[in-house]
Amino acid sequence: MQSFLDNLIRNAGHDPSTWPWTQFVYLAGMGAIAFVVINFAAITAGIFSWAERRVAARIQSRVGPNRVGPGGFLQWIADAVKLLLKEDLVPDEADQFLFRIAPYFMMVGFACVFVCLPFSHRLIVADMNIGIFFIIAVTALIVVGIIMSGWSSNSKWSLFGAIRSAAQIISYEIPAGMALMIPVMLAGTLSTQGIIRAQGGWPWQWFLFDNPAAFAAFFIYFISALAEGNRTPFDLPEAESELVSGYNTEYSGMRFSYFFLVEWGNMWIMSALATTMFLGGWQLPGLTPERFDALTGGSAVVAELASLALFAGKTLFFVFVVMWLRWTLPRIRVDQMMNMCWKYLVPISFAGVLFVAVWMLVVHAVPALGIAMRVLLTAAGAFGVGAFVVRTLKNIRDTGDKFDFTSNW
Amino acid sequence: MKPLEIPTMDMENKEVLRRIEVGGDMLLNMGPQHPSTHGVINFLVQTDGEVMKRAIPEVGYLHRSLEKIGERCTYNGYMPYTDRVDYIAAMFANQGWAMAVERLLGMQVPKRAEYCRIIACELNRISSHLISVGTMAMDVGAVTPFPYALREREFINDLLEELCGARLTYNYLRIGGVAFDLPTGYEEKVSTFLDHFEKILDEFNRLITYNEIFVKRLAHLAPISKEMAIDYCLVGPNLRASGVKFDVRKDLPYSIYPELQFDVPVGKGEVGTQGDSWDRFWCRVEEMRQSCRILRQCLVQIPKDSQVMGKVPRKIKLTEGLEAYSRIESARGDMQYYVVAGPGENAHRVKIRTGSFTAMGIIDALSRGLMIADLVALIASLDVVAPEIDR
Repeated sequence: MQSFLDNLIRNAGHDPSTWPWTQFVYLAGMGAIAFVVINFAAITAGIFSWAERRVAARIQSRVGPNRVGPGGFLQWIADAVKLLLKEDLVPDEADQFLFRIAPYFMMVGFACVFVCLPFSHRLIVADMNIGIFFIIAVTALIVVGIIMSGWSSNSKWSLFGAIRSAAQIISYEIPAGMALMIPVMLAGTLSTQGIIRAQGGWPWQWFLFDNPAAFAAFFIYFISALAEGNRTPFDLPEAESELVSGYNTEYSGMRFSYFFLVEWGNMWIMSALATTMFLGGWQLPGLTPERFDALTGGSAVVAELASLALFAGKTLFFVFVVMWLRWTLPRIRVDQMMNMCWKYLVPISFAGVLFVAVWMLVVHAVPALGIAMRVLLTAAGAFGVGAFVVRTLKNIRDTGDKFDFTSNW
Repeated sequence: MKPLEIPTMDMENKEVLRRIEVGGDMLLNMGPQHPSTHGVINFLVQTDGEVMKRAIPEVGYLHRSLEKIGERCTYNGYMPYTDRVDYIAAMFANQGWAMAVERLLGMQVPKRAEYCRIIACELNRISSHLISVGTMAMDVGAVTPFPYALREREFINDLLEELCGARLTYNYLRIGGVAFDLPTGYEEKVSTFLDHFEKILDEFNRLITYNEIFVKRLAHLAPISKEMAIDYCLVGPNLRASGVKFDVRKDLPYSIYPELQFDVPVGKGEVGTQGDSWDRFWCRVEEMRQSCRILRQCLVQIPKDSQVMGKVPRKIKLTEGLEAYSRIESARGDMQYYVVAGPGENAHRVKIRTGSFTAMGIIDALSRGLMIADLVALIASLDVVAPEIDR
């Protein structure tokens, strides 16, 4: 951040170290970055709220919001304005102070993650050397906010939601953390950019296809991320049919909207992390990071934008998958949720870490084995995608459905 | 475990309404405005964390004195009220009342009218079961099957609207027949719908019935044994899911059901125990298939004359003390009407026996040791409808 600003000022022909008020320049720069990042988080969350409703509508054979703006795109702005103007009710017997500050805890935990979330080759707020560790640590703030909101609401339904959420998020942080350890081990760094640089642009260079443990770790991470983000099939904390609305039952107006902002924004975070750790992040096929660094002028800008688009594309695909799962699957029960975590995901992820440690030694001794495994896993992945497409087409044929992308927008 | 007393609505002692715990356990009021109690019912749930010790249904929030109203109205005038007994499947309540009064009059209904009734009733059975399976999937957390089920129900609503002008409270049946004959081209419309709907049923099975999580949630959940189902007077799909092959349409046939071929699906415990919640879900899906079969036969066999009303006196006056009893297989099971004729133009006594009311009785026994999420699935699997419980 500091060096970035220094470079910027030096390029303009000044030397910031001679200025008496350099610190204020840095402060202003930080403020500007923070503003941009928070707005990015808020706006993506808002757009996702629209996207999710449209996707849900198509899945459920409905139309969805299509009145405000083209295809209903501005619906999220209308909703945000409505929520801002609503009365901010605090229940009479609630713990006023905790009730009011709980949404901010969630907001902070959510926004901090964006600090070391990469967007493209150079676009990252701070490429910290403890990046992944930082992300795992700050996301835990969200659970503090949830417990606070549930407890302070003085409603049994909210309390149930909060307790469920606490149990769920704390349990699933373990397999998620262990699954993320595998790419960290493979890359040998905790920095998010470093992990992406250790991969490559082509699918067989991704950590996903590096070895069976990494392949499994991707799914473990994805499942755990769904659980941490309270998404179906793990949406127990806000299970509408059981707990009315869970921990946010008593909230209204803007404070209520914070909870949903965080939920939708979390979809970007979990997908971006999956992309970063397992799917090669912004790596362009055929362009090594070293050659990328060496690019200058117009080609550097083009490559930068291409890497940004690629990263966003992969992330948005996973965001779509998360939505798709939500509107397809039923919810699992709380004991099944715990069983799944402690009986399956935790042991598998621990075994995976051990396997990768051994595997790295083996590959170091016999490099051909590593290449063979990559080829095999990539082929298996391609076969899986193919089988999925064939099955989907068969289902569509059986029901006599047809693709319809044109009507009812 | 200390037994939980049902708090009474004693306005002198408001303390009881604010009570939050029972013998160290939490007392949770689930309802009357809870989204998945399927109407205004309250469940007093004694819980220890997520695990329930007991759930006591507290019924009566939707009591509208329908039976008393029946004693104050004329026989014909009561027909629209019977719609409100079970607004998800209003046609059956119509039919029960019409049959009871026809028995009092000792009259025969024209053949075509009987067919019209059965077509309307079976369409209504499909639409009622669609709501049941859709909301059950939604209560388990899958939101998508619900709009799919409701989309199909809309087609049925359209068909019934064409038949009688109403989409929910039909008031289609009359004592002695039906209000309107089938509109022209109605048979083709129904059979087009059935062709489409049978495919959708397969799609529905692919979508949710055999979904791994769905099966995990419902298999072995709150199984009701044969004996228990009979002891608690369960009826309809809830009874049949437990393996008791009792269907009023087959065993105490009425109307034209003896002339129709259909099977009675019985719960087999395909994925879990016999009589578990999944069996109850599956029974309803299969019953929709059987209703399609019945409808197809009706459309072929319906007589081509146009007489849909029998000879009924303008003012129905009966001998005082005359009794009649009718039993029909409603979407929620055995629905019974007991009528005693009064001195004037109205009945002396009307009693309606409905399936949801007895289904509520078993919840207390089944709920012990379940989780809160299971209670929601259990209520949905029994397919209770609040107005039918309270009447």
